[in-house]
Amino acid sequence: MSDHEYTPKSKVGKWFNDRLPILTLANHLTDYPTPKNLNYWWTFGGILTFCLITQIITGLTLAMHYIAHADMAFESVEQIMRDVNYGWLIRYIHANGASMFFLAVYIHIFRSLFYGSYKSPREIIWIIGIIIYLLMMAAAFMGYVLPWGQMSFWGATVITNLFSAIPLVGEGIVAWLWGGYSVDNPTLTRFFTLHYLIPFLILGLVVLHIWALHVPGNNNPVGIDIKKPSKDTVPFHPYIVIKDGFALLMFMIVFAFFVFYAPNILGHADNYIEANPMVTPAHIVPEWYLLPFYAILRSIPDKLLGVLAMLFAIIILALLPWLDTSKIRSAVFRPLYKQFYWILLADVLILGYMGAMPAEGLYLLIARIATSYYFLHFLVILPVLGFKEKTLPVPLSITDPVLGGSPNLAIAKNKESFEK
Amino acid sequence: MKNVIKLITILTLINFTNHISNAAEKIELLKTDWTFKGLFGKFDRGSLQRGYQIYSEVCSSCHSMKYLSYRNLTEKGGPEFTEEQAKAIAASFEVKDGPNADGEMFVRPGKLSDKFVKPYDNVKAAQAANGGAYPPDMSVLIKARSGGANYIYSLLQGYEDPPAEIILDEGVYYNKYIDGNKIKMASPLSDGIVTYSDGTEATVAQMSKDITTFLMWTAEPHLESRHKMGFKAILYLIILTILVYFSMKKIWSRIESKV
Repeated sequence: MSDHEYTPKSKVGKWFNDRLPILTLANHLTDYPTPKNLNYWWTFGGILTFCLITQIITGLTLAMHYIAHADMAFESVEQIMRDVNYGWLIRYIHANGASMFFLAVYIHIFRSLFYGSYKSPREIIWIIGIIIYLLMMAAAFMGYVLPWGQMSFWGATVITNLFSAIPLVGEGIVAWLWGGYSVDNPTLTRFFTLHYLIPFLILGLVVLHIWALHVPGNNNPVGIDIKKPSKDTVPFHPYIVIKDGFALLMFMIVFAFFVFYAPNILGHADNYIEANPMVTPAHIVPEWYLLPFYAILRSIPDKLLGVLAMLFAIIILALLPWLDTSKIRSAVFRPLYKQFYWILLADVLILGYMGAMPAEGLYLLIARIATSYYFLHFLVILPVLGFKEKTLPVPLSITDPVLGGSPNLAIAKNKESFEK
Repeated sequence: MKNVIKLITILTLINFTNHISNAAEKIELLKTDWTFKGLFGKFDRGSLQRGYQIYSEVCSSCHSMKYLSYRNLTEKGGPEFTEEQAKAIAASFEVKDGPNADGEMFVRPGKLSDKFVKPYDNVKAAQAANGGAYPPDMSVLIKARSGGANYIYSLLQGYEDPPAEIILDEGVYYNKYIDGNKIKMASPLSDGIVTYSDGTEATVAQMSKDITTFLMWTAEPHLESRHKMGFKAILYLIILTILVYFSMKKIWSRIESKV
């Protein structure tokens, strides 16, 4: 970090800061030089922080009224909806907040994919991000179980049963996860405990994610390293703060629309039927944000291989900094990658759609093709593209339209001095 | 841009094929002008009160309403019966209470704080009385069925004579809107089965609309305050967004960069 030495003006401030340099940290955060060409796709980091805090606050409030017991959970949720003051508001914010959280995280991830934000020197930021994403999925899945509706119960049954695919010890692991021989009260109470814990783990990882980000600084739409601070950067406050705030407000309008006017549209009707181990719903579908992975799981005929494929589909993302061999970060200067980027996005949307459909006939065929393409993109197309692709010339700096830059500042500097 | 168009084409195609494959199985639900839909959607008070009448005179002989209390009938945004009316309704039911000081259970008239009295003591009793089928609790029924209000509204009017090739067992009825077309509930409504005190004609369509409105309220008792608050919240957010937009423009005008 290239922070100038900061000294508080007041005596008290100086006394305190010498003992705990929290004012230095605050100064670093407000002065933090940020590329001035960041577009609105970069505002989702702030939006995600908002989502996490919203989920934690509404979640804490709900936990004060919720009863984690198989016989009482469904009723306690109805109690929250009916008799707790503004309980309906808190619950609808929490339930739709999960969807909004995932909407924002998918935009955030696909922004990284487009602008190559995962590449050196930002690999650790990216991997922490993938771990956060994994924890989010775990938290969301367990949270969906808590109302103890039909989809809660059967979703939990299907997902926990995946572990039975592990050879030899599978069945034992499943019984251990359940705390019994089926999804029941012990499963519910442990899911509640973990659902309460995970957000705080995420919060800790978010701090690391931002810390790791503040070492190299933000990537930017041009994808080149910039000098900091320079004419290419603006201080985080007020420039980025106000821009993030503006984007957050627009996001909140969408969020509010769901909460107040379509609070159940993203959920499944079956989850308003109390869990019944004797009746299986016609179609067991996870929440929309897990559908692409559900489609991958179901498109493999073998259970164990299906589970492995699903896990690998996520792990492969963590390996992305090494699978993508191109030195150029931003897709703006990678004409071929840009094409494949959009195909991948379409592919993931198709997978999501197939995940919601019954796994049969044409749906299954399309899901299988889309699954194959998903892995083809990461394992073949990306590595090969880095060597074969003819990239466009990259500018030297954000303000300077002069071409001949490189994503790596050291190389760019050498080139500059050489040309002089 | 070209790619975005490609993407949209692909998705439209998928959507289209899906519609074709579903067209054969699914039948379009009946629709009506629900007053509770839309930005300012509110319940029709008369319809809610008539709906309660249908529930108490027709549905409640088999269907429970376990998450509602009689006091809810007086609450704002609901049927808004007067307290006297709701007390009279509650008092018309017998509630088992106790144990008293002697350790005995006793029966007393219902109070506003009591939950709606259930028609059967337990699920097994309900099944035994209904040919093995359990009449579902109606509290959140609208939200528990895909299609929601339109589905219940259609189902109540969907009873028909079965096509020749379908043979129904005893106690099973044909309904064109339920999955598989077989339902164990006989058509509950027929013209004039209740007499509305406000003079509204009790046609099957009218009664279906009233009971569905009532069930929408039982499932979403705070729907009216939700809509009211939502309008205010979104309006507030839009105004704040506009203000912040101009502040942002002002701040970013200090430097040579677009925002």
